[in-house]
Amino acid sequence: MKKSAILNWIFSIGFVIQLLFSRDWMFHGEGTLWYALQPLLASVLIIFRPTLIKSMSGIFMISLLIASGCLATLNSVHSAEPGTLSWGIWLYVVTLLGLIWQVMGLWSGVDTRLNKKTAVAINLLVPVLFGGMLLYLWEMFTVGFKVPQVLLPPPSLIGIAFANSLEILWADFQQTFMKAVLAGFFLGSGSGFVVAVLVDKIPFLQRGLLPLGNLASALPIVGVAPIMVMWFGFDWQSKAAVVMMMTFFPMLVNTLTGLKSTGRMELDLMRSYAADYWQMLIKVRLPNALPFIFNALKINSTLALIGAIVAEFFGTPIVGMGFRISTEIGRMNVDVVWASITVAALSGSLFYALLAFLERQFTGWHPSFRVS
Amino acid sequence: MPKQFLKSSFVSITTVLAFTTLIWYAAAVYLNSAVLIDKYERHKVEWDFSKLVDDSWSMDRPIMPAPHQIVFDLNKSIFQQKISSKRSLVYHGWVTISSTMVGFAMGAILGILLAVGIVHVSTLNKSVLPWIIASQTIPILAIAPMIIVVLGAIGVTGLLPKAIISAYLCFFPIAIGLVKGLRSPNPMHLDLLKTYNATKSQFFWKLRWPASTPFLFASFKVSIAISLVGAIVGELPAGARAGLGARLLTGSYYGQTVQIWSALVVASLLAGTLVYLMTVLERRVQNRMGVQV
Repeated sequence: MKKSAILNWIFSIGFVIQLLFSRDWMFHGEGTLWYALQPLLASVLIIFRPTLIKSMSGIFMISLLIASGCLATLNSVHSAEPGTLSWGIWLYVVTLLGLIWQVMGLWSGVDTRLNKKTAVAINLLVPVLFGGMLLYLWEMFTVGFKVPQVLLPPPSLIGIAFANSLEILWADFQQTFMKAVLAGFFLGSGSGFVVAVLVDKIPFLQRGLLPLGNLASALPIVGVAPIMVMWFGFDWQSKAAVVMMMTFFPMLVNTLTGLKSTGRMELDLMRSYAADYWQMLIKVRLPNALPFIFNALKINSTLALIGAIVAEFFGTPIVGMGFRISTEIGRMNVDVVWASITVAALSGSLFYALLAFLERQFTGWHPSFRVS
Repeated sequence: MPKQFLKSSFVSITTVLAFTTLIWYAAAVYLNSAVLIDKYERHKVEWDFSKLVDDSWSMDRPIMPAPHQIVFDLNKSIFQQKISSKRSLVYHGWVTISSTMVGFAMGAILGILLAVGIVHVSTLNKSVLPWIIASQTIPILAIAPMIIVVLGAIGVTGLLPKAIISAYLCFFPIAIGLVKGLRSPNPMHLDLLKTYNATKSQFFWKLRWPASTPFLFASFKVSIAISLVGAIVGELPAGARAGLGARLLTGSYYGQTVQIWSALVVASLLAGTLVYLMTVLERRVQNRMGVQV
C-alpha cells in the first residue's frame, strides 16, 4: 500500500462499510447511486494506475469523478425527508473530503514553472476548489441537519433570494456603493493625499502630524457615524462623510511614509541634474511612493464599505445595504440579508481586485512583484 | 539648546494639538450658531457676538460640543460615579475592553495556527491564503449587528458574540504578518540548520518562530486596535445595554452629543493605551531575546 494512496484506501473501505450497513441514502433522488459510484472509480484508478495522476488531463478526470460524488450527496440530501438519513451518507461525505483534499494537493503540486498560463489557471483553480468545498459543506450541513433558516440558510436558498430580489439589491447597491462609498473614498483618499504632499513640504508639520495620524488610524473612527448622521442628514452625504474620515488617515500616513522612502542616491542624482522640487516630486518621489499609496487604497476599499454600511444603521432613507440588512433581519427574512451580504462581499472583492490590478499596472517594476 | 528644543517632536505635536483645539472651539461656535440665533430670534433676546460664543460653548445638546464640555462630562462619568454604576464610563469601558481582549486572544490563536499551517503545508498555502484575503473584503463590521442577533437567537449572548467579531477582524493581520515572518529567515540560516540535520520542529522553534517576532508584534499592534473597533460595533445592536458602543447608540437616540463624544474619547484613549502596552511588551520580549535596538 503506497502512502500517497492512503486517502483512496480510506475512501474505498468507507464506501464498502456504508454500502453494507447504511446504504439507504443512495436510493433517494434520481441516479444518486450512479453518481455516488464515480469517486470509487477514481479511487480504484489512483490505487491501481498511479501514473494517471502524473498528467494534468488525468487529474482533471479525477476531479470530475469526485465532483460527481458531491452531486450524489447533494441530490440525496435534497430529495430525502429531512432528518431521515442514517450515518452512511456522513461517512461518505467525510471520506470524500479526504479525496477533495487530495485533488487540491494534486493540483497545487503540478509543475507550473514552464508555462505561465497554466500557472495562472492553477493559482485560480485551487482557491476556487477550496471555496467550492466550503459551499458544498455549508449546503450539506444546513440541509442535512435541518439547521433552522433563521440561523443559517443554505447557499441554494440565498441564491434564490438573490435572484428574486435583484431590483432591490441593485437599488441598495447604487445608494450605498455608487454614491456613499465612491464619493467618500475619493474625497477621503484624495484629501489624504493632498494633505500628505503639503505636510511633506513642512518638516515641522511632519513631526507633529505623523504621530497623531498614526494614532488616529488606530482609533475607532467608525464611532463618529452617529455624529455625522446628525450633521449631514439621513441621505448618502452623511455616509460619504464617515467614509471620508475613515479613509483620510490611512492615506495620509501611507503617502507620507512613501514620500520618505526614496533613496538618498536617487535624490542626489536628481539634485545633480538641477531638478527643482516639483520635478523631483513628480519624476522620482511620487512613483517611489506608489506602492505605499496603493497599499492605502486597498486598505481604504474595505474600510469605505464598512463605514458606509455601519453609518446606515444610525438613520437612512428606506434604501441602502445597511438599511436592508437591519430591516430584513427584523422581519426574519434571513435569506435576503445573506443576499445583501453577498452583494457587499462581491462588490468589496471586486473593488479590491480592481485596485490590485491597477497596482500591478502602475507598480509592476516594484521588487515585490518579481517572481522568485 | 533652544533651537533643538524647537525642533523636537514634542513641540511639534503640542503645537498641532493646540491648533486643533483652537479650530475645534471655532467650529463649535460656527456649527452651533444657527440653532442659537434661531432661538434668540424666537424668544426675541438681545444678543451680540460674545453672548453667542458663550452660549455656543455651554449648550445642553450642542451640535458640536466644546472640548471643555467633553472634559467635564468625562470627569462626571468617570470620577464622580461609582464604578459599578450604569452611568460610569469605567463600567462601560470595562465591558468593551473585556470582549476586546477575549476576541484578540481568540483571533491570535486562530491566526497563528493558520499561519503555521500555511507555511508548512503547500496545499493550504495555495487554497486557503487567497480566501483569507477575500474574507477581509466582506464588511464583517457591517454585518456584526446581525451576527449578534443571530447568535443571541441560539442562546449565545453576552461577551462571546462580540469577541467572535473581534476575533474575525484580528486573525487576518496576524495570519498574514506571521506567514511573512515565518518565511523571513534568510537562506544562510536555513542551510546552517540543514547541515545540523535539524528536524522540522527544531526548524520551527529555533529559527522560524524567533525570527518572526518583529512581524508578530507589528501585527499584534494593528490587531488589538481593530479588535477594539470590533467590540464597539458589536455593541451597537439595540439589545446591548453596556459597553462604549451602547453608549454611542443611546447617545444618538436621545441626542446627547456630549455623551457620544465622551464615549469616543474614552474609546480613543483605550485604543492608544492598548497599542502602547503592546509596544512595551514588544520591547521587553526583544530585550529578553537580546535584540539590539
